[in-house]
Amino acid sequence: MRYLRISIVALSLLSGTTLAWAWGRSVVLRQEAKRFEFEKVKIKPGDKIVFQNHDEITHNIYSSTKGSEFNINIQRPGASTGVTFWNEGEVEVRCAIHPKMKTIISVSSEN
Amino acid sequence: MKSWTSIVLTLLLAVIALSAAPPPAKEGAPYDRESAMKDFKRPDTIPFPDDNRYTRARAELGKALFFDPRLSATGAIACASCHRPQFSWTDSTATSIGAPGMPLNRRSPTILNIGWAEALFWDGRANTLEEQALGPLVADMEMNMPIDKAVAQLKERPAYVQMFEQAYPKETISGVTIGKAIATFERTIVSGMSPFDEWIMGDDSAISDGAKAGFDLFNSKAQCVKCHSGWNFTDDSFHDLGFEQEDRGRGKILPQIQAAQFAFKTPTLRNIAQRAPYFHDGSLRNLEEVVDHYSDGPWLKRPSLAEEMRKLELTAGEKRSLVEFMKTLTGADEPMTLPVLPN
Repeated sequence: MRYLRISIVALSLLSGTTLAWAWGRSVVLRQEAKRFEFEKVKIKPGDKIVFQNHDEITHNIYSSTKGSEFNINIQRPGASTGVTFWNEGEVEVRCAIHPKMKTIISVSSEN
Repeated sequence: MKSWTSIVLTLLLAVIALSAAPPPAKEGAPYDRESAMKDFKRPDTIPFPDDNRYTRARAELGKALFFDPRLSATGAIACASCHRPQFSWTDSTATSIGAPGMPLNRRSPTILNIGWAEALFWDGRANTLEEQALGPLVADMEMNMPIDKAVAQLKERPAYVQMFEQAYPKETISGVTIGKAIATFERTIVSGMSPFDEWIMGDDSAISDGAKAGFDLFNSKAQCVKCHSGWNFTDDSFHDLGFEQEDRGRGKILPQIQAAQFAFKTPTLRNIAQRAPYFHDGSLRNLEEVVDHYSDGPWLKRPSLAEEMRKLELTAGEKRSLVEFMKTLTGADEPMTLPVLPN
């Protein structure tokens, strides 16, 4: 009986995680050759963008868009950093070191 | 029951582990000269923005404005006072003199190949060349000329009025059209064919073996290419190179970003042998000192110091090769002719 209880707890934990995933997806966005893989990414509020540095140099991804400000700070080669976007709107994302690197994260419940 | 639990728990753990796994680290490909050479081919055309396409009338008007000292409060300094064609579009001082008796704190940046640049000025504060061109014009430490005064003065000269009508027939004389015309002229300033370009295009005898060894080092051990990449030898990035200084550079524009503190823009290396002294404050006298700085320091170890600044341990011979290579980037640029200005 005790094991049954544990497995029910574990199962509900697992389904809870699955539910959270269905609601908040994770989207990988690569940085390679000093460019973002996509110029624009459409996501829903609560989705997470995973910024992955595939270059051999450091990047510093950030946004100054009001309400969605973030700053990953120094991101070394091979590093991966998740950022969750909650507010609807277009978020301008740039690299503070490489000004040519720009992308737009478009956050909308209709995406 | 027990096995069920362990299966579920294992699954759960696996899922957590998978979601947290970092991307596979990229293996640096071994250096190969032929493939490295492909990244340095000259472009065929100059990029012009859609709202300011090239016309000859625009470039000629921009050239007149660029060389006209009457666009300053004293009537004595022009854009060309600090961006001199005879010094590869920088000037003869380490850090320029702006308005008379006003020493500035940064070296005049070259405008060579500026049409390809992103984020203008040493600190990247201007987004477009059109916006940048008006900065020194109105700055009280530099040309100190309010835009309305510049416009009023230009309107007094019929030859200028005619030039603006031909260049921008649908627009009036304003800060906007002054900036657009100067930007158009500046985009036409492109470095000429150099021995390096001849080599890239297939003439194996165009540069020396020492210079070729320098090119190999540039792209491998010396790591210069991490920032000085592409045909124009810059990726327009901003880095703190460890100089002892008060000027926070890019940090004034992005105060919240640690890596932007004391960071300045990576300049082009085209015609670099013509532009001593080097760096944003003109503190190093020659290319030998520049290579020494990157190879051996000393660097001020601040939190903002670029991660790429690592001791290179270059030998004296390797340093000589790098300098020899950089000298092959000097182009056979057409001499600039000076315009006769409207009177």
